[in-house]
Amino acid sequence: MEFGLSEDQRLLQDGVGRFLEEQSPLEKVREAADSNDFVPRGLWDGIRELGVPGILVPEDFGGMGLGFLDAAIINEMMGRHVAPVPFVGTSVMAPIALTLAGSEAQKQNWLPQIASGDAIVGVGVTERIGVRENAGVIANNGKLTGKALFVIDWSKADVYIVADRDNCLHLVAPDAAGLSSHVLNTIDKTRSVGELVFDNVEAEPLPGANVNIVARMIDAGRIMLAADTLGAGQMMIEKAVIYAGERKQFGRVIGSFQAVKHLCAEMTAALEPCRSLVWYAGHAMDEVPDDASLMACHAKSHLSEVGRFVARTSTEVHGGMGFTDLLGLHYWFKRIGLDRQLLGGPEQVRLEAARLQGWAA
Amino acid sequence: MDIELAKEDEAFRAEVRKFIAENLTRELSDKITVGASAERSVLRGWQKFLHKRGWIAVNWPTEYGGTGWTAMQKFIFNEEMALANAPRLSPFGLSMVGPVIYTFGNEDQKKQHLSGILSGDTAWCQGYSEPGSGSDLASLKTKAVRVGDDYIVNGQKIWTSYAHEADWIFCLVRTDETVKQQAGITFLLIDMKTPGIEVKPIISIDGLHHLNEVFFTDVKVPVTNRIGEENKGWTYAKFLLVNERTGIAGVPESKRSIVRIKELARKERLGDGGALVDDPAFRHKLSEIEIKLMGLEFTNLRILADAAAGPSSSTLKIVGTEVQQSLAELAVEAVAFYAQPFQKEQLLGTSNESPVGPDYGVATASAYNFGRAASIYGGSNEIQRNVIAKAVLGL
Ligand SMILES: Cc1cc2nc3c(=O)[nH]c(=O)nc-3n(C[C@H](O)[C@H](O)[C@H](O)COP(=O)(O)OP(=O)(O)OC[C@H]3O[C@@H](n4cnc5c(N)ncnc54)[C@H](O)[C@@H]3O)c2cc1C
Ligand SMILES: Cc1cc2nc3c(=O)[nH]c(=O)nc-3n(C[C@H](O)[C@H](O)[C@H](O)COP(=O)(O)OP(=O)(O)OC[C@H]3O[C@@H](n4cnc5c(N)ncnc54)[C@H](O)[C@@H]3O)c2cc1C
Repeated sequence: MEFGLSEDQRLLQDGVGRFLEEQSPLEKVREAADSNDFVPRGLWDGIRELGVPGILVPEDFGGMGLGFLDAAIINEMMGRHVAPVPFVGTSVMAPIALTLAGSEAQKQNWLPQIASGDAIVGVGVTERIGVRENAGVIANNGKLTGKALFVIDWSKADVYIVADRDNCLHLVAPDAAGLSSHVLNTIDKTRSVGELVFDNVEAEPLPGANVNIVARMIDAGRIMLAADTLGAGQMMIEKAVIYAGERKQFGRVIGSFQAVKHLCAEMTAALEPCRSLVWYAGHAMDEVPDDASLMACHAKSHLSEVGRFVARTSTEVHGGMGFTDLLGLHYWFKRIGLDRQLLGGPEQVRLEAARLQGWAA
Repeated sequence: MDIELAKEDEAFRAEVRKFIAENLTRELSDKITVGASAERSVLRGWQKFLHKRGWIAVNWPTEYGGTGWTAMQKFIFNEEMALANAPRLSPFGLSMVGPVIYTFGNEDQKKQHLSGILSGDTAWCQGYSEPGSGSDLASLKTKAVRVGDDYIVNGQKIWTSYAHEADWIFCLVRTDETVKQQAGITFLLIDMKTPGIEVKPIISIDGLHHLNEVFFTDVKVPVTNRIGEENKGWTYAKFLLVNERTGIAGVPESKRSIVRIKELARKERLGDGGALVDDPAFRHKLSEIEIKLMGLEFTNLRILADAAAGPSSSTLKIVGTEVQQSLAELAVEAVAFYAQPFQKEQLLGTSNESPVGPDYGVATASAYNFGRAASIYGGSNEIQRNVIAKAVLGL
């Protein structure tokens, strides 16, 4: 067992990280957020050149054919730089659905487009986690009726993949008759979420879909959101440490007060072990299938809690500055906030973990 | 110790309830229930009702328009107001500068300012913090130089809440640079319309405008606007901070949050369809916070009964803000998904459409996000711990 990243993985993560650092500084993020642009052209083109959208797409279909740990460490960089680009839906959950459940023709049609970044795919599976009032999608003679909430990577989607109540998966064209689609502005303005309402909408089923495939999509999505929080949290710690080393009060830098040092140290002590948890969860998706669902739950719920702690503590270290739009710390704060709720909040996810271990009905 | 409510107190509670039933409109209480900020004009209307009834300055001495209530009456009043979702009045005049003026101000100042504070016709803001002087407030640099019967003020304040809506600002300024920092500070009342004052907005984490920078360029302030003596401002400033911190503890508001969270926990469904209130983990968290709050509430009663017996205002501030922040967290957990939509018009109360998700969900995330500031303003909780260590424990 080798508990660490390979040389290739390190290079991959550094490459994406460096690209985002250079091409997606806070001003760019702000620009995209202010104009509700969730697929900013220049940035997305660069992401495509790096091959990121095809990370999980098999090589036969033009992708990189890499694993979930690779995807997780990329998502970590996305969180670190609050990157306003599609990923969890388009580049992770959609390829799983198509690869495992799609017909040959569907794969031929969509996977290469996903790999090249030509297709954005919105993914609606939230109702498979917990049904909210009058949400949920029913398929009847190949037509969909109902409502899908919190569709991930909703903006500018070329196609949606939606799970119905029987765990069948469907491809839906954004301009399908009877489909109405609304943006859902969330506190996090760097990622797009939307709502789909179906009134007898024509859809194309993925023939191989079943409950396990939907579960795998959700597991993978959860690990990615955990990785996102890991990256965002890491950045919030670094920002707090830098600020503590610059800001002066009482004639000295605030980082010289033990109370402030300990806030920073506690954040570090809380977040660092999470890295291993997320890595192992990604690794389990590829190599230890029996552990995968449980690890996905653990990573998601634990990172939600630690992420919240880090977000509020880093804000505390920044004093009044932490609350300003100008400094922009809130982009990370809110990214962590949305990560927490997408694909199940920690309370829900812990319940699932208990069930997986046979402790709860 | 006698914790039974006396007959008179029961009668008083009935009187308060009657007043609320007759005067607190749905428009007002609904806004607060949703969590959105009530408009200023609406708030002023509410203040007028209370003022007319003589119930505006709960803690002030009767000679200045206070209620003269017993500790128990104050407690009952605050509790009923909170539970009925009455809007929280702006503290800057009523809880902060008002008591400074009637305690340390001269007769002219009392005449000039107290009635406007009571009626709500004059809105105040607090000019303490500066860019270089937050936790280290005493290092403040905004300078006031005496020229004849005026001070000429130059400098900058920051984080000034609602300065953009204020008629007056109470300010700490430096009048002596040659002595120990605390001994060179003066407390001034400044009319916001005075030439040379410029207010610039700071947009905060919730995307809204509460905070400001306030710039002073050769602002002429009559010496008659000085509270007490020159260079004694730190004493008055600290007196105010004690009141501010006690107010920030916000016990009645937290009690209201608990009621609200219980209500929504009855409506919210778990993933498997059960009600959130029936979830043991949720109940456990809520109970723990509720007990902490109860301790704080009883402590407040103890202080009302005998000020000397209470812990420092720093303790109240720490525990009170921790309770508020954990309640805000719990509300976000309770509303879950629907805490995440950001609906600015709903927050501002300017939308005619129904919100995404349940109406009680609208402000939960923003309240949580902005509420993180409670451990910063009024002196950060780290600073309060320093104060306890030094002043209470002698470390
Ligand atoms: C069960 C047990 C087993 C042990 N076994 C061994 C052993 O086998 N061999 C051995 O050599 N020793 C052993 N120790 C000793 C142990 O390493 C010391 O107790 C420890 O290093 C703390 O030293 P101290 O007790 O003198 O406390 P102090 O150093 O006096 O500390 C008292 C308190 O002050 C805090 N403190 C001190 N300095 C700072 C600072 N700069 N900043 C912030 N806080 C500070 C500490 O955190 C602590 O809370 C054992 C102790 C225990 C309790
Ligand atoms: C929402 C909001 C509203 C406000 N409204 C007003 C207002 O109306 N009027 C007004 O005058 N001010 C207002 N303030 C300002 C507030 O009082 C200051 O933000 C606060 O005093 C902290 O100062 P700072 O922001 O400069 O942070 P800093 O003092 O720079 O502190 C940064 C961090 O360092 C820590 N720290 C600093 N010194 C020490 C120390 N010695 N030991 C341990 N830790 C330390 C702090 O706890 C904090 O975590 C408001 C602030 C906020 C956030």
